[in-house]
Amino acid sequence: MTEDDRLIGEDDLDGFIDGQLSERRAGEVARYLAANPQVAARVEQDRAARDDLRQRLAFIAEQPIPSRLRVAAIQARRRAVWMGRLRVAAACAGLVIAGGASGWEAHAYLEPPAVPQMRGLPVATADAISAHRVYSMETIHAVEVAAAQEAHLVQWLSRRIGQKLTVPDLNPQGFALMGGRLLPTGSASAAQFMYENRTGQRLTLYVRANAGDDTEFRFAQTGDIGAFSWNEEGLGFAMVGSISREALLGLAETVWRQLDPARPVPKPSL
Amino acid sequence: MLDFSIELEPHIPALRRFAWAMVRDSQAADDLVQDCLEKAISRWHTRRQDADARSWLFTILRNLFLNGVRQQARRGRHLGIEALDDVASPDGGGERVVIAKDALAALDGLTEEHRALLLLIGVEELSYQQAADVFGLPIGTIMSRLSRARAQLRRAIESDERVPLRRVK
Repeated sequence: MTEDDRLIGEDDLDGFIDGQLSERRAGEVARYLAANPQVAARVEQDRAARDDLRQRLAFIAEQPIPSRLRVAAIQARRRAVWMGRLRVAAACAGLVIAGGASGWEAHAYLEPPAVPQMRGLPVATADAISAHRVYSMETIHAVEVAAAQEAHLVQWLSRRIGQKLTVPDLNPQGFALMGGRLLPTGSASAAQFMYENRTGQRLTLYVRANAGDDTEFRFAQTGDIGAFSWNEEGLGFAMVGSISREALLGLAETVWRQLDPARPVPKPSL
Repeated sequence: MLDFSIELEPHIPALRRFAWAMVRDSQAADDLVQDCLEKAISRWHTRRQDADARSWLFTILRNLFLNGVRQQARRGRHLGIEALDDVASPDGGGERVVIAKDALAALDGLTEEHRALLLLIGVEELSYQQAADVFGLPIGTIMSRLSRARAQLRRAIESDERVPLRRVK
């Protein structure tokens, strides 16, 4: 007994609490604790603290797995990124029908975004999120030019951006075009197209001239507003909305697919 | 073909629990777990064949957490275990609500390393060897730090006030 006492160390006590001792060693520790009530009380305290932690944290492990953490959802997103790289490699044209990008230099990383919690985001994405935050709240003046004048809207914004644009069709996804507006971005201009579904949920597609060669499909989130952004053929895009990441990804992919060179370009005359 | 959902999904509840306990914000915790799963899928082939998936996932998750902490630390500020303490308790803010005998609240006063150790071993039931893998430390070092972490937690629970955080200038 006394020999065993001498041999017991802190590591044995921890191993005892954590059930990581051999049966024999655990028996020796138990005997030691029986003879040393003060140490036993301490071990009991440690065990109680551990049980308290387990009990307080149990609820998280009992929750169903959020769908965005499903491996299938993560893999779908990875595929989208991979497809995006392929697509850029293929140097497609979609929204961008005619060139004329001269003089539109990289604005994307020139200045830090104004909103502090968006630090670290490319300016284009930060601008897109800010613009969404401001204008998607508007009930009467959400857009400058309504969808009823779509042809005029597109011509006007194309002229100001410096490249010809078409508006992606998100009707099959339940989002109808409301219209669009012109926005400042640094010393240049950007376009915002706004969509709304039947429940009043709004999405914006932000487009600006951009010479960034970062072709990744990126997700950013500030507060409850998420944005998928990417660059393509001299234009920077951001799909912005307060919807789930999966839903937003689906919509961004739809926009993207409409840029796919393998598909006929919908309205080349615009 | 490898089915990642079979390999990874059984670990998700534990990863979420650990992430939440570290950051105390559901959204931020699930962001960490999502990043962790993305990394795990993209780096699966680089994993040592004999390596244990569970400790490997917790290693990625903890490194992502530490990266996030470092990114939040202002430039020029001292970085290290102490600096991590500032970010250690997201619910802290200005007011610290003291709940006596509450192990979870008491945990906030400990260093990142002590918190992670107590959670991984006490709650996630990692073996000492698995914990040594996660921290990249010898098992003996893990054992002595675990003893210290438990002592810290005991003290924090016993005292009516939470252990004040050391601020690093």
